[in-house]
Amino acid sequence: MTDIDQTEVIRARQRSRARVMALLLGAFVILVFAISIVKIQIGHSG
Amino acid sequence: MTTTTAPITLPADWRDFLALTKPRVMTLVVFTGLCGMLAAPVPIHPILGFTAILCIALGAGAAGALNQWYEADLDAKMKRTQGRPLPAGRMERQSALHFGVGLACFSLALMYFAINLAATLILAVSILFYVFVYTIWLKRRTPQNIVIGGAAGAFPPLIGWAAATGDVALLPMLLFALIFLWTPPHFWALALFVKTDYANAGVPMLPVVAGERTTRTQIGLYTLPMVAAAIAPWPLGLTGPIYGWAAVALSAVFFAFAVQVARRTSLPDDAMLPEKRLFKYSILYLFLMFGALVVDRWLA
Repeated sequence: MTDIDQTEVIRARQRSRARVMALLLGAFVILVFAISIVKIQIGHSG
Repeated sequence: MTTTTAPITLPADWRDFLALTKPRVMTLVVFTGLCGMLAAPVPIHPILGFTAILCIALGAGAAGALNQWYEADLDAKMKRTQGRPLPAGRMERQSALHFGVGLACFSLALMYFAINLAATLILAVSILFYVFVYTIWLKRRTPQNIVIGGAAGAFPPLIGWAAATGDVALLPMLLFALIFLWTPPHFWALALFVKTDYANAGVPMLPVVAGERTTRTQIGLYTLPMVAAAIAPWPLGLTGPIYGWAAVALSAVFFAFAVQVARRTSLPDDAMLPEKRLFKYSILYLFLMFGALVVDRWLA
């Protein structure tokens, strides 16, 4: 494999990892928000 | 254009990180944890329940990643495991270590802040037990590795229950005992038909160290207390007849398959069909037992 091919593969992997990481971080933010709302609700009703 | 510069190390693909978490093993862990939670007498908010199960899954994934980090040399020697990211050379060992430790810390922190201390402590014990007691201490030293190490896989129902109630009780402890006693017949049935693989890798599994006859006898012997632990919640009044009759029927089939394995002797070029059948049924058995528990609780 040439260096140019290899650099392409590296960039493609980095892009795909970055996309997965962005999705996971977005999901985590939504989860923390949802947990906070639930905790506030439980605090009010308890 | 080609040059003579040093080869560039390829970054691992995200799918390889996913493979480090042993997703197939995680299925049973998540299911038993979920059933432990649903069997608890206190309901948990669905968002918090989802978070607790997510933490159990991430904790199990972290333990799996650390197991693969430590056992990369063993995995390279066994057909069943040589395609994993580390032995196949698709990932650096240090990446697996960082990923495992990071995931473990994240799962524990999330469990503590979103759920409660009891569930966090049990999750921490299960991860540490799997990594230090099973993987590092026992696996390469003694044929009792999966007997004692089996405790690590028995924690999820306790964690699920603790996430809902904040403590532990007799029923989740019996569920712990069921998985703990189920592990030896389950793994020894597997070890009987992949014995050469374990022997090549130098893992002292019971068939390798003590021979086939002893292993078959031990499968039969461990099945007895396992059946007792499976049925016990019913006479103790912790479950109703739906679970009780399901436990009796499913355990009777398990016992029959185990006795068949215990009584036979393999021939040269044996296809090991009874052993493979016991191994496959043991997985189905645990799914159905925990499913029956949840159905019993919901219909009670």
